[in-house]
Amino acid sequence: MSSTVAGHFHDHRQQSRANTLGLWIFLATEVLFFGALFAAYLIYRVLYPQAFETAARETEIAIGTLNTALLLTSSASVAMAVKTARLGQRRATMVLLGVTLALGLGFLAAKGFEYHSDLTKHLWPGSADFPLDPPQTRIFWALYWIMTGIHAVHVTAGLGLWAVILTMIARRSFPLESSDKVEIAGLYWHLVDLVWIFLWPILYLVGRS
Amino acid sequence: MNEPGIWLPQASSEAAATDTILIALLVVSSAIVLLVAGLITVFAIRYRKGSPASREPLPSIFARDVEFGWTFATLGLFIAIFAWAASQNITLAHPPAARMEIHVLAKRWMWKVEHAGGQGEIDELHVPAGELVELIMQSEDVIHSFYVPAFRVKQDVVPGHTERLRFTPEKPGTYHLFCAEYCGTDHSRMIGRVVVQSPEEFAAWLTRQPQEDDLAKSGRQLFVRFGCAGCHEGQASVRAPRLSGLFGAPVQLADGRTVTADDAYVRDSILQPKRDIVAGYDPVMPSFAGVVSDGEIAGLTAYIRALRAPADGGVY
Amino acid sequence: MSDIPLRDVRLETDPHVGFETSYLGEGFSLWSWLTTTDHKRIAILYLISTTIFFFLGGAAAVLIRLELFTPQGDLLTAEAYNRTFTLHGVIMVWFFLVPVIPTVLGNFLLPLMIGAKDVAFPRLNLFSWYLNIIGGGLAVAAMLAGGVDTGWTFYTPYSTIYSNGHVSLTAIGVFVAGFSTIATGINMIVTVHTLRTNGMRWFRLPLFVWAIYATSLIMLLSTPVLAMVLVLIIAERLFGLGVFNPDLGGDPILFQHLFWFYSHPAVYIMILPGMGVVTEVITCFARRRVFGYQFMVYALLGIAVIGFFVWGHHMFTSGQSMYASLAFSMLSFLVAVPSAIKVFNWTATLYRGQITWEASMIYALGFVGLFTMGGLTGLFLASVPVDIHVHDTYFVVAHFHYIMVGGMVSAFFAGLHFWWPKITGRLYPEFVAQIAAGMMFAGFNLTFFPQFILGNLGMPRRYYAYPPEFQVWHVLSSAGAVILAFAYLLPMAYLLWSLIWGKRAGDNPWDASGLEWQTRSPPPKHNFVEAPFVSEDVYDYHPENAPRGSGADDRRYDDRDIAGEKADAAESGRRHRAAETPPATAQARRASKTREPSDGEGR
Repeated sequence: MSSTVAGHFHDHRQQSRANTLGLWIFLATEVLFFGALFAAYLIYRVLYPQAFETAARETEIAIGTLNTALLLTSSASVAMAVKTARLGQRRATMVLLGVTLALGLGFLAAKGFEYHSDLTKHLWPGSADFPLDPPQTRIFWALYWIMTGIHAVHVTAGLGLWAVILTMIARRSFPLESSDKVEIAGLYWHLVDLVWIFLWPILYLVGRS
Repeated sequence: MNEPGIWLPQASSEAAATDTILIALLVVSSAIVLLVAGLITVFAIRYRKGSPASREPLPSIFARDVEFGWTFATLGLFIAIFAWAASQNITLAHPPAARMEIHVLAKRWMWKVEHAGGQGEIDELHVPAGELVELIMQSEDVIHSFYVPAFRVKQDVVPGHTERLRFTPEKPGTYHLFCAEYCGTDHSRMIGRVVVQSPEEFAAWLTRQPQEDDLAKSGRQLFVRFGCAGCHEGQASVRAPRLSGLFGAPVQLADGRTVTADDAYVRDSILQPKRDIVAGYDPVMPSFAGVVSDGEIAGLTAYIRALRAPADGGVY
Repeated sequence: MSDIPLRDVRLETDPHVGFETSYLGEGFSLWSWLTTTDHKRIAILYLISTTIFFFLGGAAAVLIRLELFTPQGDLLTAEAYNRTFTLHGVIMVWFFLVPVIPTVLGNFLLPLMIGAKDVAFPRLNLFSWYLNIIGGGLAVAAMLAGGVDTGWTFYTPYSTIYSNGHVSLTAIGVFVAGFSTIATGINMIVTVHTLRTNGMRWFRLPLFVWAIYATSLIMLLSTPVLAMVLVLIIAERLFGLGVFNPDLGGDPILFQHLFWFYSHPAVYIMILPGMGVVTEVITCFARRRVFGYQFMVYALLGIAVIGFFVWGHHMFTSGQSMYASLAFSMLSFLVAVPSAIKVFNWTATLYRGQITWEASMIYALGFVGLFTMGGLTGLFLASVPVDIHVHDTYFVVAHFHYIMVGGMVSAFFAGLHFWWPKITGRLYPEFVAQIAAGMMFAGFNLTFFPQFILGNLGMPRRYYAYPPEFQVWHVLSSAGAVILAFAYLLPMAYLLWSLIWGKRAGDNPWDASGLEWQTRSPPPKHNFVEAPFVSEDVYDYHPENAPRGSGADDRRYDDRDIAGEKADAAESGRRHRAAETPPATAQARRASKTREPSDGEGR
């Protein structure tokens, strides 16, 4: 459908400019969205350094690190897909996006496994037999669940986006070279990756030095 | 109390200072409102459609200078008012040291007051005129706010924090005490009275008060009930620091720091004992977070404070 | 893209086409409205939904004022009162004040004013309306299911641990509406950046567009923080993930910081669009270009930026450090400077004008007065010692109602009346509208001025019963509220009346400048038959020539030539016009600019 320019735009350039600008602005709001969480984390980390280190030692560092690797690799494949899409290489783009999808699903699977392991250890701050002391460790774990949970929602949304785009490319529903779809979804995916790069050290590496 | 009117009595030394700024602001803002409203009215009539007044365009340089003029004029005016109010604020924030401490516990929906001598009041506060009073306030549940309009003072009481409020009552009388921060169903019933008395009357009032719900005394009972005495007293088998003479004294910590044993230190030691380990002791004390309430901590603190002079130990 | 100057666009259109080809004639079924992507129709959808929310919130306000008529609290129970003021706050702030001008007037006018066919993302625009009513629906459902008693501020730990109201449902409603706000903000910013027509340079944008632009910036940067705060509240209530729980060492003050980081800038989300509307109205009815146009732009942007750094003045009494308080205090004084510049500029715009007193002008001048009072009482709250006294009293209530109701709602009514002929093609009855505007001004002052006195006497907010010595002021306030309620119902009645019986408006009944007046009333589906071309600066009003309606167009061009405008585009546009406009047409055009065109001329 977007092989044509929408009626209220003059030309393709204007439309593309609008889409890209719109997405950059959206990313700015996302940064502030997570920014509030990072601010809360920072303040409590400064107030209760020992509790946070005690709590952070209980996170699954192996899975967290694996997930970092998965997401970084997926960002690389997205970056390449943006390039190949611009060159109109349909098949290469599809393969690269397929890799991205697989890596993203791998991330979610590992995350689910990690959540399961956390729950078996009663690391849910609302639960009565939460194993850690002092009570401030519960704040760390509350932030852990909220931060990773919201991040996982973003990953899921990104994967949905990739699935739609992949299907559209497979059906040739838009011309690859002149469309900014891959690029715009790619920008979003990089943000999701970037957020994780901040989450990984503050949730997994703290207290393990 | 029940005097209608449009201006409150100034019943504390803070009230006069606040009112001076308030009146100055009132004068400045009234002048600006009158100026703007006056100009709008004059222009609207003089330059009504078709009136014979001149409509020559203004020279552009005039417009520019006027813009800069009023921009910097308002900037200067506002900065001046800020600086003046700020200087008042700094003065008030550093009162002389001598003071009278009163503990206040806020909970839905009442104010519980404990005087230093152990006299208790509910929804009432008696204070002597002319003396700098410091309230040490804690909340048991949600945020409350201690507000005495006649004193022009207000302090939110946030759970988890120990809040302090200082004022010097001046004019004997009875004044409103309000909870100013919304705290639930009976927020508007969380009101009381502040009674300012002459020092002699106040002293007489104090002696008339029953002594049984003495804060430090109840602290002593808690000290036993929670098992603190098991380690921190006499013939304990576990090694724990003695508390006599502790309050207000410097404490050497295991990590080399030295801290002063004040309210916050006592509170932290009860809630997060692993944070500041006293030099020479093992970190064996469990946390009492979630076990003792803020009110109980206030009692325990009062008890430990009362142990300040070693000779007083165990008097209660 | 045509280089036909905007003035001549009308000549290209067929004078006999009217309602049927306008955006209103596009389709009459409910379905055609609910699936529209036309920014003008979406604006009408918003007008209907925000009006419903306004009267819902207004009904709560009436209940509050009735309750406070007597000191005992005998009409409502304490519980019911707490739920009523929460409903009033939540509905009014998030479902009326924040969205109303950007989504109703902004949606309708912004594309017209910059010469675009639509906003950049029309489907996102419709989606944001649905988010808004879903959010509003959830909030209203929570109210119907038993209500919320936290106040619109949701302070922890009351909201997270102690309240037994439907806090989570309300918070989800506000959360959803927040995304509606963000979507609108993205749309407006991208539209202004990418869809300006040829010749519409940044410093030719009407100040209303600038105001919406500045507002959108604030929306985008502050609303996400609110969204996250609401997530944290919901997580704590539903899943026990206590980030603000003091028993765990959580700090309720952190909640306040995050909340006011949104909610103070939100005040500017509410007032900046109002400033934009008032600027358009005053400059039109004073027949004079806005005094200090560029200063007005910088003032808008200055308010938007400094507004982000003043949130701490809501926490002077919450035990924040004195130095933090002083810094926030100084910034709060600073943010008043650009506001003062705007007030002076509006006043100076009147100087040597040709002033008429249409209803929207009365509202606009009322705005200037009430906003000045609201802003100056803000200085009382910015200075720490005075704020400690009047914080959380009726002084604060009066202050923000002067800004929100006296300012923002007056501005909305000014705008609604000013652009009503453009939106509907009909004129409202002027005299009745002038009476309503006067009533609103009087009723407002009677309602809220006594509350300043109450606050200074120490009457705290959110009390359903109060000591009897305050009663006299409460009675005055409640009496004013009755007048105010009638003043709000009156426009509702005559504006609806005008839809059917109002006179046909003509394209430009106020003889106003600006692209929105150069197209038909109501505008055609794609706004302009030909993409307009802008060759002149904004606000081309010339009071020195003559009152409007007496035809001074041609001299205006002579003046311009003498002034020696050099822009190539402008010159080519003028040449084009000179060549193609026969004298007879110029005559007709002049006639059409009189206030009430004859039926033959009207569309």
